[in-house]
Amino acid sequence: MKALVAMSGGVDSSVAAGLMKERGHEVIGVTLKLWSGPGGEAPTAGCCTVSDAEDARRVAGQLDVPYYVLDYTEEFGGGVVERFVSDYASGRTPNPCIECNRTVKFDALLSNLDDFDCDVLVTGHHARIEMGDDGRPVLLRGRDADKDQSYVLSMLGRAQLARLRFPVGDLTKTQVRAVAAELGLRTAGKPESMDICFVGRRDYRSFLRDRAPHAFAPGTIVDTDGRRLGDHDGVAGFTIGQRRGLGVATGEPRYVVDIDPDTATVVVGTRDRLGVSALQLSAISWVAEPAMGAVTAQYRAHGEAVGATLEGPTLIFDTPQEAVAPGQTVSFYRGDEVLGGGLIAAAVA
Amino acid sequence: MYLDHAATTPMRPEVVAAMEPFSSDVFGNSSGIHAVSRKAKNALEEARERAAAVIGARPLEIVFTSGGTESDNLALKGAVFNPTPRRGVVTAATEHEAILETADFLKRIGMPVTIAAVDGEGRVPPGEVAAAVSGDTAVVSVMLVNNETGTVQPVAEIARAVKEADPEVLVHSDAVQGFNSMEIDVDELGVDLLSLSGHKFGGPKGCGLLYVREGTSLEPVQHGGGQELGRRSGTHDVAAAVGLATAMELAAAERGRFREEIAAVRDAFRSLIRENFEDAVPNTPAAGSSPHHLNIRFPGVSNQILLMRLDQAGISASAGSACQSGAATVSHVLEAMGLSPDEARECVRFTFGWTSSGDEAEVAAKTVVDLAGELR
Repeated sequence: MKALVAMSGGVDSSVAAGLMKERGHEVIGVTLKLWSGPGGEAPTAGCCTVSDAEDARRVAGQLDVPYYVLDYTEEFGGGVVERFVSDYASGRTPNPCIECNRTVKFDALLSNLDDFDCDVLVTGHHARIEMGDDGRPVLLRGRDADKDQSYVLSMLGRAQLARLRFPVGDLTKTQVRAVAAELGLRTAGKPESMDICFVGRRDYRSFLRDRAPHAFAPGTIVDTDGRRLGDHDGVAGFTIGQRRGLGVATGEPRYVVDIDPDTATVVVGTRDRLGVSALQLSAISWVAEPAMGAVTAQYRAHGEAVGATLEGPTLIFDTPQEAVAPGQTVSFYRGDEVLGGGLIAAAVA
Repeated sequence: MYLDHAATTPMRPEVVAAMEPFSSDVFGNSSGIHAVSRKAKNALEEARERAAAVIGARPLEIVFTSGGTESDNLALKGAVFNPTPRRGVVTAATEHEAILETADFLKRIGMPVTIAAVDGEGRVPPGEVAAAVSGDTAVVSVMLVNNETGTVQPVAEIARAVKEADPEVLVHSDAVQGFNSMEIDVDELGVDLLSLSGHKFGGPKGCGLLYVREGTSLEPVQHGGGQELGRRSGTHDVAAAVGLATAMELAAAERGRFREEIAAVRDAFRSLIRENFEDAVPNTPAAGSSPHHLNIRFPGVSNQILLMRLDQAGISASAGSACQSGAATVSHVLEAMGLSPDEARECVRFTFGWTSSGDEAEVAAKTVVDLAGELR
């Protein structure tokens, strides 16, 4: 089998490439260049930095496999970054990594596998693909519950899974590092990146301020009765559930409970106003067949999955949840199996 | 099959042999007073004489540098920062990054910079360059042969037009890509400054020269011990200078073969591609281009995927320009010639060199056509 391995320069994708090679497959490593600054420079922090690409190149060299850097800055800038900016500007809280998986990584690489003359696309995601009872692939959570990344993969369908491999999904992170050390890979001890790659280590608000000054029209902060508590310099600086940095002095803790981009109004309230009993979803996709009824639902990248019921485009929580931000993704599960996912269009109190 | 000779070309064995003693026995610092140094110094000055002779220059008009980029930097910055009051730069949109980025730096610190537009074949009209010259212009820089497309610029005409407009203006040419195939005589070209790079014609990497016409005032970029008559300080790489001079002589002697045999290899390669991939559009002009470049567009084909597939098939080519990471970037040269960014992303550069053969090119053309056809 000929495998196209998306190498970010991190330990997971390094090991993914190493395992494919060990199993006797022909491996081609690629790093996607997704972002450059105004002068064309690569970012210096986050998951796609200059040194990361260099690590990926060196690992490919260690494994003695061909390696290429492919330029997808246009697709990324137009799709992911624009969406990130416009989401925040309209009071939503986007998940750019999922958008990137969907519109760039999987779209650019998976749908062009034949052009690359490869049979499968391999990534370092912590998730598993196994054959279901009907002989068709199913998507499962990664073996390491703490590192599971199935949440960001819930937009995948069976046709895509058939040409995808996640070799590290069966391993814990500790095992991944052990394999990396065994193979002598330079990334064995490399720390994980948590930054949004195109924002880097700076505050995402200052990034937004540069890219979407229109989202920083001054407005008012009001309480749930409409009383003006203070001013703010733009709705893009706020996320539902945010407590810190509100700039209003009140007796008890206040949280952002609503954002109205049209009137540039941020509504704050007490914790009990964060409760959400159901979600209206959009852009729902299914790994296999559409599911209804009882599921578990995960609405944060590192959150727990909670009991819920799917009724059409509505997801009803078994018990109310707190601070669920429109714009984020929800993934649906039964046990370890990923059923599908959708975007939060609106939260119902 | 190596079809990326414009990026770099293999060293000639005679060059490797000529350099060998200077990596072992003759180790002296050419700036010392003793016998060990003298031996190195003599070799260095002999190399300077030989290099000068090849381009019709006098030995002391040769400044050894680390290559084309340094030579270009020294030409532009040296002319702008010299004691004369002139501060401006005039250059063209399809120049190498070594010129354009240097010009951009000079602009950022307040120097007047004019970038002349080019026509659809990448040529800059001499009249337009001359018209851009003002009383504040220190230097005009136009390359001899474009590195991406092979387009030959009318440097002699440009130099004449500029000197007619204002004889005080210095004329520089980056001749890095032209040396293989074009007879280069600094007086016939009428230039004051000319850049060459050793590794483009069978010499070692990390060496080059800047021709500086006698009487030209140039502020050094690299200050220090005063080597190269103060124009470029730093201990000499004698081996590199000897390698450079040797490669220059060999390449100059082979220009006839380049213009006939290598041109025939390139032309046959181009014909095979055009016969079998009829939509392919050459960006390299049919007339007035170097004999070893072919930049060609395959409509509907992503150049980065094609280059990857070619590499898998054992064929080394390029997209003309690559960023630090090795990713293909949209070519500023092709954009300046009027191609859209999408069109520029469909272009591949094949360049031939002294080791290319017709048989090899035929096999390569077939692979290119097959893969481009598959990716369309």
